[in-house]
Order: sequence, then structure tokens, then C-alpha cells
Amino acid sequence: MSETTTLISSASETPSRQAERIITYAQAGVEGVREEMRRNPDIFYIGQGIGPRGGNFQQSRGLWEEFGEERVRDTPIAERAQAGMGVGAALAGSHPIIDIVFLDFTLEAMGEIVQQASTIHYISNGRYKVPMLLRAAGGGVRSTGPHHSHTFWSFFAHIPGLKVAVPSAPADVKGLIKTALRDENPVIFIEHKGLYNTKGHVPEEEYLIPFGEARIARIGEHVTLVTLGMMVQRSLDAAAKLTESGISVEVIDLRTLVPLDKETIFASVAKTGRLAIVDEAYASCGVSAEVAALVAGEALDELDAPILRICTRPTPHTFSPSTDAYLVPSVDRIVSEVADLVGKKI
Amino acid sequence: MLIREFELKAKEVFRSGRMPGFIHVYIGEEAVATGVCGQLRKDDYVASTHRGHGHALAKGISARDAMAELMGVVTGCSGGRGGTMHLYDPTVGFLGSNGVVPPGILIATGAGLSAKLKDGDQVAVAFFGDGGSNNGAFHEGLNMAATWDIPVIFVCENNMYATEMPFAKATKNTNVASRATAYGIPGIQIDGNNVLEVYEKTGEAVARARRGEGPTLIECLTYRWFGHHEGDPGVAYRTKEEIAAWKARDPIQKLHDDAIAAKLASEQDFKQIDVDIKGELEDAAEFALSSPLEKDETALDHVYFNPAAD
Repeated sequence: MSETTTLISSASETPSRQAERIITYAQAGVEGVREEMRRNPDIFYIGQGIGPRGGNFQQSRGLWEEFGEERVRDTPIAERAQAGMGVGAALAGSHPIIDIVFLDFTLEAMGEIVQQASTIHYISNGRYKVPMLLRAAGGGVRSTGPHHSHTFWSFFAHIPGLKVAVPSAPADVKGLIKTALRDENPVIFIEHKGLYNTKGHVPEEEYLIPFGEARIARIGEHVTLVTLGMMVQRSLDAAAKLTESGISVEVIDLRTLVPLDKETIFASVAKTGRLAIVDEAYASCGVSAEVAALVAGEALDELDAPILRICTRPTPHTFSPSTDAYLVPSVDRIVSEVADLVGKKI
Repeated sequence: MLIREFELKAKEVFRSGRMPGFIHVYIGEEAVATGVCGQLRKDDYVASTHRGHGHALAKGISARDAMAELMGVVTGCSGGRGGTMHLYDPTVGFLGSNGVVPPGILIATGAGLSAKLKDGDQVAVAFFGDGGSNNGAFHEGLNMAATWDIPVIFVCENNMYATEMPFAKATKNTNVASRATAYGIPGIQIDGNNVLEVYEKTGEAVARARRGEGPTLIECLTYRWFGHHEGDPGVAYRTKEEIAAWKARDPIQKLHDDAIAAKLASEQDFKQIDVDIKGELEDAAEFALSSPLEKDETALDHVYFNPAAD
């Protein structure tokens, strides 16, 4: 960690509001990457369309102009090669950023990620490191449809040897991606395509956000609502509506899945006695199942009600613009189900 | 010769029941690893396969470190955690042998890219077989390496069988070297059992790569004497005649005969080398058999790199 770095850590702190600087989620990511690429000449960046175009989501805009075509390279459509080469380059001492652009296309590279990237530090008995950042945008928005909406962050969270970040706010993107690029482990950095144009305050000064520290996005008394990605804003909107019924919801943004901040969750449940998890991914064997199991296993006596999971219903992602609100957790569904939860007792 | 004796010793220990897992011996193919790695520096990179003991020894992993790894003991080059198919050694640029073959193509290509970006002149070598040449990673890797002029040499050890699948049944175009033209790079097919030819042709490819002229595909025609893995007799899908014909083209015998004919070495020299190597292997086996296994207390170490702990 740098001498001049400010750590924004712990759930209850919010980024400095002294001089508010509002930029987009996409710009925040670019800023973080740019700063780290200036700091570390061994970082290079490859992916489809990330060069002159600046990325499908403008997530790399300006990097090619600044760092040139040697360090910022457009690739052919070959995700498996991108990821596999990322592993090889990392073993040889570089720190590659592999931008797969759409989370869905990481499936083309799963062997390289799971069998190679995640295992080598362990099976070489610590002799090799795999400092590699794999970046992709997940989630659905406005009919991105069956092959461009996936949310399987749990696939990566399941595998020992990988770290996983799922930032929701612009300030978090910058702080977490900087941390990721100083981490010599393979990091899966999953942004949300529906959030790239959202805006927020992002400090201009140097700062890092550690992995394994959730953010309390809203303080509440009656329900702990654990969430991530695009569902954070939906949960906050739902929480605002629920105050009208006198229900006070504490919203926790996980920010990273591996490491996962159990302590913030447990402390909140100890206060509220009720746990709801809102995840855009499916419920089955997902992050919501993991959080539920952790709380049931290690904080059971804090619970006064069953654990509630609000997730995308189990269908392939549809193009149909009309059923999205039914299938993916909507503000109304979150409001309704959390209200029911508060009405229940064990 | 070291490779031949190592593999024979490994087979012996495996058959005695003292070696965990499976092994895939390299006997019959020694000239490829020897000839290729003979042209590589310590800081050049190699990515290897499940049949990787030969590559590992040729690149510079000691017989002791490798035998210990096969035994799964803590003194092995991977601390006993990789075993026969996952030998690792960063001190000699050995990026790992692999239980899945095609990823090695991509790993070597990535290492070559890293060297290029750091303005180094190291080269990377990816070993794979006829089987690997039909996999998507072959296509993606060669295309990327060619497009970016990456200093990597793709060495296909064509022993005509991918596990039990004859190459001629797995593909229409059995000339692997010819596939290079699809990517705009040079490809050559050579006698993989002639160590001097392998050495010479690899030297040309290495020089090309170091000059920044990009990758080369070298197809080495060779044969494995034994089955796919120890326990597979290798005769269900191959004829005894074919095996005998290839055994008659023993790469070590050829080197011996050629060297003596050219008066580069004497019978006595070869006898001495044989004695030395057998001694080395006895020592390696003893070392491996007497080393301890990993304890539970350390089994959770190194899942993640933690600068504070490591």
C-alpha cells in the first residue's frame, strides 16, 4: 500500500464530501486503472474493443491514447486465449488486465480461470503467483437478453484461489480496482452494465478500498438487507418506500464476495434480527444461499424471523421487455416481500 | 538418457505400489525434449503437458526434485501438491506441466507476450501433442501469437495417438506443420527421434523469435513405446508390429550410433554416462522415498498470495 494512500474502509464511513466531484461509474473505473497503469509499468490491458474505441461501455476510454497500442491491445474474439495468455503473462511477471467485456463470455474461458489461474499458486506450493485482473460487466438492463445478462458471480466465488469484486457505486469501482491491481492474486472484477452511466462522488485523491469490507449504504433498525451490484439502488429505493410503513431497513452493499465481510452482516443482524438478501443472480446455490448459510450457521440466535431471499426467478434471461419486472427483483417486489418478512415471527 | 532412466525408475517405483496417482511416461520421445530444451536459456519459458517429466528434466529440474514430486512428498518441486502432471519451477522458467494440454499453448504465448512487453529477449515454448492440435486453444493461441509476433515456439509431439485415438481418425489433415500457413507463420515437420535435427531446427526457430520475427510451429514425428499411462498396455489400439518398428528407431540408440560413427564420443563415454545417470536416479529415488509427506497443518497454505504471510 502507498504511503500517501487513504484507506476508505469500514462500513460506516462514506467517501469525503468536502469537495464533491461527480463522475460516472465508467469514468471511475478508467481513473482507477489509469492511476495503477501509471504506477506499475508491468500492467497491460487486453480485450475486445478496449483500445481506440475505449470499450463497449467506455470502461477503458482514454487508456489507449495515453499508454499506447503495446500496452493497451484490442484482441480478436478469443476469450479463452485472452484468459490463458493472461495466466502465462502473470506467471512471467506482468500484471495483465483481461477485459472479457460481458460476464457471459467468461464461460468461454472457464477452464483457464478455474483450472489454471485459481490453482497455480497453491499447486506450485507458492512458487508462482498469478497476478491477473479479469474484468467483465454482468447483469441485465433493457433487454440485454439471453446471452448478455448473466449474473453468475457465485461461480467464481465458489472457487478457492480467486478473489471476486462486485462494486455498485462509482467511488467503489475506483477504490476496488486499484486494490485489485495491487493484489497479486487472480481477481474477478464484475461491474454491472446497467450502472456504467450512473453518477456519484468519487474522490480525486489517491485512495484504496480493501477487499472484504462491505459498505452500509443505509442505516436501519428492523431488517438487514444484504445486496450487491445493481440491486443496491433498487434496495435503497425499496427502503425509502418502506419507511412510509414505518419499516426501517439497513442496506448492506457487499462490494466483494471473496473475501466476504461476514462481520458487518452479523453485527447488523444482531441489531435488526431479520435478514433479507436481494441478488440479481438466481437463488439456487448462489450468493444469497451463501450469506444465508453463514448467518444461520454462525449467528442463528440473532435471528427472529426466517431468512428471506429475493432473487431473479429461475429462467434463462429473457429478451421480453414485459416480463423483466416479474422475473428480476423489482422495487415493488422487494417492498412487498420485506414488509411480509417484518410481519412474521419464528 | 537421463530422461529414459528417470522414466524407467518412475515406472519401477509406480509398479511397486509406492507412487500415488497415475504417470504418463515419455519413453521413446526423449529426443524432442532434449533437442528443444537444449536451445533454451534458463530464463526462457516452457509450458508442458501431462507427459512432462522429459520436458522438466530437459529444462533443468533435478531428478531429485522431480522424483520427489512424483511421490507427492514435500521436497518435490511443487511441494508434493502437483504430482506427476503439475511440476513447477520458476528458477528454470518451467511454467508448469499441465493436466490439461491445450492451456499450455496459451500460457506459453502469454509468457512470450510478457517478455516482449518488458523488452526482454526470452522465448517461450509450448509442448503439446497431435491431440492438442485439434483443440480450440491451438487455434486461438497460434492466431494470437502470429498476430502479435509473440516469441513463442509451438512444438507438437506427434506420436500418432491422443490417449487411444489415432490421429488419422481425429482429423482430416494429419500434417500438423501445414496448419501453420493458416496463421501466416512458418511450420516444419521433422524427425522427432533425431535429436540433432530437433536441436538444429529449434535453434532456427529460437533465433527467429529472439529477433522479434514471431512464432514457429515445429511438428516432431515421434512415438511413445508404452501406453498412454502406466497401466494402459497400449496394444488395444496399436499393433505390435508398429510398436516394434518404432522401438527400432530408438532416439538414444541413434544418438549413440551417430556419435560413435562421427567419432564424437566413445563406447566408454556412453558407458560412463550410463553409470553416472543410474547413480543419479538411485539417489533421486532414495531421496524421494525417504522424504516426508505434507502435514495437515500446512494444507491450507498458499491458496492466496498474502504478502504479510508468505
